[in-house]
Amino acid sequence: MPAPARSAVESTVMSDNGTVALASSRRTSPSRVARREKIIGWLFVVPALLMYAVFVLLPLVLSVQYSFFRWDGIGPMTWMGLQNYLTVLEVPDLLGTIYNAFRLVLFFSFIPVTLGLVVASIIHRVATGRLGEIARTVLFLPQVIPLVAAGIIWGWLLALPGLINQMLRAAGLGVIARAWLGDFDWALPAVGLIGIWVLLGFCTVLLLTGMTKVDPALYESARIDGAGWLTEFLSITVPLLRQEIGVCLTVTVIAALAAFDIVYVSTAGGPGNSTAVPGIQIYILAFTEQRIGLASALAVLLMILVLVVILPIQRLSREETP
Amino acid sequence: MFKKRALWSMFSSFIALLLLVSACAPAAPVIQTQVVVQTAAPVVQTQVVVQTQVVVQTVAPVVQTQVVTAAPVVVTATPLPATPAPVGPSCGTDPVTMNAYFETGFDIPFKLTDEFTKQFPNVTFDTKQDQFANLINETPRLLSGDNPPDLIRLPTMVSFAKQGLLMNLDGYAKAFGWDKWPVPQLDQNRVAADGTRGAGSLYAMGLNYSLTGIFYNKKLAAQIGMTQPPQTLDEFEGLLAKAKSAGLLPIMEWGSAKSGMGLAFPLQALMASLGPTGPINDWIFQKQGATIDTASNLTAAQHLETWIKNGYFPPDINAIEYTDAAARFTKGEGVFTFNGDWQNAGYDSGMPGNVGFFLMPPATAGGKPAAMSAPLTYGIAAKAKHADCAAFFFNWVASNPTARQIDVTVGGSNPGGPSGASVPTVAQGSVTTETLAAGNVIGEAGTAMDFIANSTSSIFAQGWTPELQKMVGGKQDAAGLLKAVQAEYLRELAR
Repeated sequence: MPAPARSAVESTVMSDNGTVALASSRRTSPSRVARREKIIGWLFVVPALLMYAVFVLLPLVLSVQYSFFRWDGIGPMTWMGLQNYLTVLEVPDLLGTIYNAFRLVLFFSFIPVTLGLVVASIIHRVATGRLGEIARTVLFLPQVIPLVAAGIIWGWLLALPGLINQMLRAAGLGVIARAWLGDFDWALPAVGLIGIWVLLGFCTVLLLTGMTKVDPALYESARIDGAGWLTEFLSITVPLLRQEIGVCLTVTVIAALAAFDIVYVSTAGGPGNSTAVPGIQIYILAFTEQRIGLASALAVLLMILVLVVILPIQRLSREETP
Repeated sequence: MFKKRALWSMFSSFIALLLLVSACAPAAPVIQTQVVVQTAAPVVQTQVVVQTQVVVQTVAPVVQTQVVTAAPVVVTATPLPATPAPVGPSCGTDPVTMNAYFETGFDIPFKLTDEFTKQFPNVTFDTKQDQFANLINETPRLLSGDNPPDLIRLPTMVSFAKQGLLMNLDGYAKAFGWDKWPVPQLDQNRVAADGTRGAGSLYAMGLNYSLTGIFYNKKLAAQIGMTQPPQTLDEFEGLLAKAKSAGLLPIMEWGSAKSGMGLAFPLQALMASLGPTGPINDWIFQKQGATIDTASNLTAAQHLETWIKNGYFPPDINAIEYTDAAARFTKGEGVFTFNGDWQNAGYDSGMPGNVGFFLMPPATAGGKPAAMSAPLTYGIAAKAKHADCAAFFFNWVASNPTARQIDVTVGGSNPGGPSGASVPTVAQGSVTTETLAAGNVIGEAGTAMDFIANSTSSIFAQGWTPELQKMVGGKQDAAGLLKAVQAEYLRELAR
């Protein structure tokens, strides 16, 4: 990064190399225009920011506050200090639910991102134009369909008399036909399959958008050098899409660790606790047991867990190449 | 560099929080768990509607005569055997708008309030409705809010009674003579000062009293040589074995965590067949020192485990939801099914003339049969504006012949009420005839129990359902089941 000449004042203000160029150019423009632009910019952001504050930041702060109290949701709140954080460890099979959440990462995150990369590059290379549009729409559709409806349909598909087992029997594979969502070994992969279906489209569309950004000259020169599809994919597409892959991983890993909806509409945690995740426990604690404080404590712990997992992913994908 | 990274980590944490908060938010889908628990009536909307039309036809003429002669005075003049003279609380003659909250998909309260308005035109109902699962979450806020309901479907009651949110109905019970009704009816709605149920002050009333037992497919039962309902548990287990060897599914039942584990029904039936009902009710009512882990309950759980191992239940039971089980039984899958009379209308219309009902037989010949039987519970907010009128409504439901008829025709359940009250007529060939007769047997024997999934608010979701599912999967045995559920019970009580 070229370091521009700057005044002593500026250099004391700017402590960070990375932002200097931008900041100093802002300084040099007429200040009134700049201020006006700034206000207009804020005006654009304000509605979203307001919603964000009311529906995200406020509940977050309240959750942290509740986690220090014993509270049934209506009556008086009793200060508990950190007691809730100890009591929450007694929640039945808590470690099991966390383990399940990490198993879901495989299905909600790694498979959709990997598959999404492959599918996106195929669409990018082969199916341009109308066909590509159709492929993109079909893949993205699960994001639009209400999850509750999707959960019911998947429940039918995966049931013992359901379509998937019918197809297996027709193919002579009747031996492996089973009630997928009611089987101790297969319920979690079955839930994972629904997750793949939901998240694949999101990853594909995001990665495809990233690919259109890549300079076609790179591919061209690679092809002149005799590179095949795989070489192109591994040495051009993947490295240049690092940021998009990072975003995909971030969103999907959070979807896995903080999973609630997909699990709730497909198995509600059963059979046994084989698909139970912390999100389901939080729901039961808060709304069935009316233990808001305990539920909030578990929610805060889950948030910390998610952050611990997510931050390294962020760092990896954000590290700039020299 | 540092700032940029910090910005990104902030951004990522915000995304995390966003998802987290959305994870914590109450989800719209229905928890059928609780639905099954109390009224256990989740499903039957369409069938109920069919029955409803019958009501309109048979009952309407009577209603109109009353409407013509008009209003409150008339009804006091109508001969109602057990209704005391209207000296007590009433709805008065001024216009009253009752603030009511009912459960979606369940016709009884709507039909009853419509009929009530016909008989008492000064009373109208401003009725809001919601799914049972949402009611569970909303009820505390509704009761404590600015516009407290005069009449509300209660998902649970102990905590609300303890929090002072529910009207104590002892005064009304005295004024209307409810305390003289045949005994066990009101017990489940009583809460003592220490929070135990079964005795103490009255905090809710049942619009009717549901009954559970064993429904059977008459054709299939004849096929395995069943000529009359089994008289003992041994006899019943013999029939199950016969059904199995005849290549039939002996028992259709549901087991998905989305509906709550249906095996709780046969398990409780076995408990009451093999042991006394008192300790089971004590456990449900949270009496001091009560435990579910008793010797006779262990025998019951062992029987259930044997049934599972013998393949008496569908192999995919852990994935079957309540509605699926009811539909599959109606279509002829399963000789028997453990369920309650709220499903009568559904069975009657789905398999007319082909469905029968009997109570779980006792272990020894000549013993008393027992059954899980729970009131369809409604309450009045402590701060309700028209409490007198709501109490009058409760009394009317139990004593007015038309109301009692609606109770049976629409709901399929026993209307309860004073002894000597009118006996509603039942459509020819309806299984309701059999459930009502069975209800009388239980009433005389005094062996009604609440549901073992009602002992604490989440014993079903956190205890019975996962542990019974594990038993189906061969991952839990009879002794472990009772120990695990008892441990969960104690965890929830130690709050």
